Amino acid sequence: MNPLGQLILARLREFFREPSALFWTYGFPTLLTLALGMAFQNPDPKQVVVAVWPGPDQQRRIDALQADPGIRVEALSEEETRRRFLGARVTMAVSGTRDLVLTYDPRDPEAPATRCRVLQHLREASSEPLLPVQDAPIEAPGARYIDFLVPGLIGMNILSGSMWGIGYALVEARKRKLLKRLAATPMRRGDFLVSFFLARLLFLGTEVAVILAFAMAVFGLEVQGSWAALVLLAATGAMAFGGLGLLAASRTRSTETVAGLMNLIMLPMFVLSGVFFSASRFPDFLQPVIGVLPLTLLNDGLRAVINEGAGLGSVAGPLVALAAGGWIASVVALRIFRWF
Amino acid sequence: MTPAIEVSRLVHRYGTVTAVAGIDLEVSPGECFGLLGPNGAGKTTTMEILEGLLTPTSGQVRILGRTWDEGNGDLRERLGVALQETTLADRLTCLEVIRLFRSFHRRGRDPEEVLAQVGLTDKRDAWVMRLSGGQRQRLALATALVGDPDILFLDEPTTGLDPTARRDLWQVVEDALRRGHTCVLTTHSMEEAERLCQRVAILDHGRVIAQGTPAELVATLGASEVVELATDPPLPPAVFAVVPGVHQALPGPRGARLTVDRSSEVLPELIRHAERQGAALASLDIHRATLDDVFLRLTGRSLEADG
Repeated sequence: MNPLGQLILARLREFFREPSALFWTYGFPTLLTLALGMAFQNPDPKQVVVAVWPGPDQQRRIDALQADPGIRVEALSEEETRRRFLGARVTMAVSGTRDLVLTYDPRDPEAPATRCRVLQHLREASSEPLLPVQDAPIEAPGARYIDFLVPGLIGMNILSGSMWGIGYALVEARKRKLLKRLAATPMRRGDFLVSFFLARLLFLGTEVAVILAFAMAVFGLEVQGSWAALVLLAATGAMAFGGLGLLAASRTRSTETVAGLMNLIMLPMFVLSGVFFSASRFPDFLQPVIGVLPLTLLNDGLRAVINEGAGLGSVAGPLVALAAGGWIASVVALRIFRWF
Repeated sequence: MTPAIEVSRLVHRYGTVTAVAGIDLEVSPGECFGLLGPNGAGKTTTMEILEGLLTPTSGQVRILGRTWDEGNGDLRERLGVALQETTLADRLTCLEVIRLFRSFHRRGRDPEEVLAQVGLTDKRDAWVMRLSGGQRQRLALATALVGDPDILFLDEPTTGLDPTARRDLWQVVEDALRRGHTCVLTTHSMEEAERLCQRVAILDHGRVIAQGTPAELVATLGASEVVELATDPPLPPAVFAVVPGVHQALPGPRGARLTVDRSSEVLPELIRHAERQGAALASLDIHRATLDDVFLRLTGRSLEADG
């Protein structure tokens, strides 16, 4: 037999006999394509929100814009609109007075297209085809893509850091019989597991601080809401994901298996939970599922605090849900935990 | 005096596999007791039950007069364990590892002193991953010693080590034994058992097939020396059984394996006997009878070839 032929054959055999390699090569890209395709198949899946301020022309302008299904028109006060500019919950404001003034953040990626459409509708509905328009650019904190992205990256980092830091490390210790050796000492077993969680919290503090400081210094990110809420969210998220890591590691003997298990838990959340693009892009039938994923809870909470100025009270819901989920995962994990 | 360890009718099954099939043992305080046997004889399972890591399927175990149900935490304070092939954290130094294990015990010894005792003082700041196999085993022994245990459990302390590292480790263990620890060790090296243990139990297929001091067990052969000889052409071992002074003739790895009282008296007659059968002596080996010869007589297998 030709040695080159044999070598190639050996490579192919090893590859096809490794199920996880098969999944990563064929299964995962297919699933990722499917997920992204679902998120981006509709060319205009998201309605932009346009506020129309009070004034003599308010109702006329609302009527003109309402014809466009891609625009959700809301009659809002100026003050309410300014609050909603935080976190880009409104893209543009149209004056209700005779002079047409468009208020928006030019850095918002949705803004230029929205301006075109709004102007077109208003001119069509107006007697003047060249209705004069005045632009009032504002800086709406939290409207840029980077503002959207950073909380998502922090969430992703908390998820993967906690799961690898606790799940993988525990299986590694079991594999090298360190767990068994420790179980034979008078060490309190709880101390050992608690040490993993507390060490995780210390690492997490520095990780999140580095990402935030970098985004603030380089991209001018601002934390609009409560720092206490931010810290509490990050810590609760880390503990909840640590509980998931503990669960994945509770009976697993091989590091390959635990890595596979953790990827199985994490990857769907990386794709679905709105890390790089908004989870609202996924079809409606998926939303109930996406909404209860722990990473969605954490990312939405982080975005509310960082971009929309939320305080402790308004993220209480996700905080409680994350804590409860993490607690359940940890209790189950400890019940079935195997020391050797 | 209460025995340090009492085991009666101990049975352990993993699913349908019986690893330990009814073992009785008694270890006195201050004694070094060896569990000797080939791989799969049930040594490690027995150890893990004694260490309180496994709950036996049935049977009684008393450590220092108490069962594991009665005194879990207290009992662990008084035991030191060196497991077979544990890798302690790669990137901790020797001293850091010993300090960690010291912290688990209410009372214990100075970590630096224990490192000195196992001969790792010059490696105190070296990462565990940089240690040789022998140094790792000595570190494992140090983790067991730092709690100043009443009973030391050493599971195959020298398996996989080269001869020099083994002898070094034996020295360290002998030194530790002189400090008065009771010790239970498993091994498949009869040389190790003879050197370190006052008494041994030979295990095979989950049962104790012989128990006593190494000298007592060797004495059961009824002979003090072993002659291994091969002839050209090969003769069946039974041929030599008729020679006066030969107690037993068995097939061995190197031809016929004969247990004799005094080889100097028997040897000339053995050679003449072979010549009478038309065969010439091809190789000859004479040694003092060992535990391996006991194992061979009891099981028909050689311990060394097995291990």
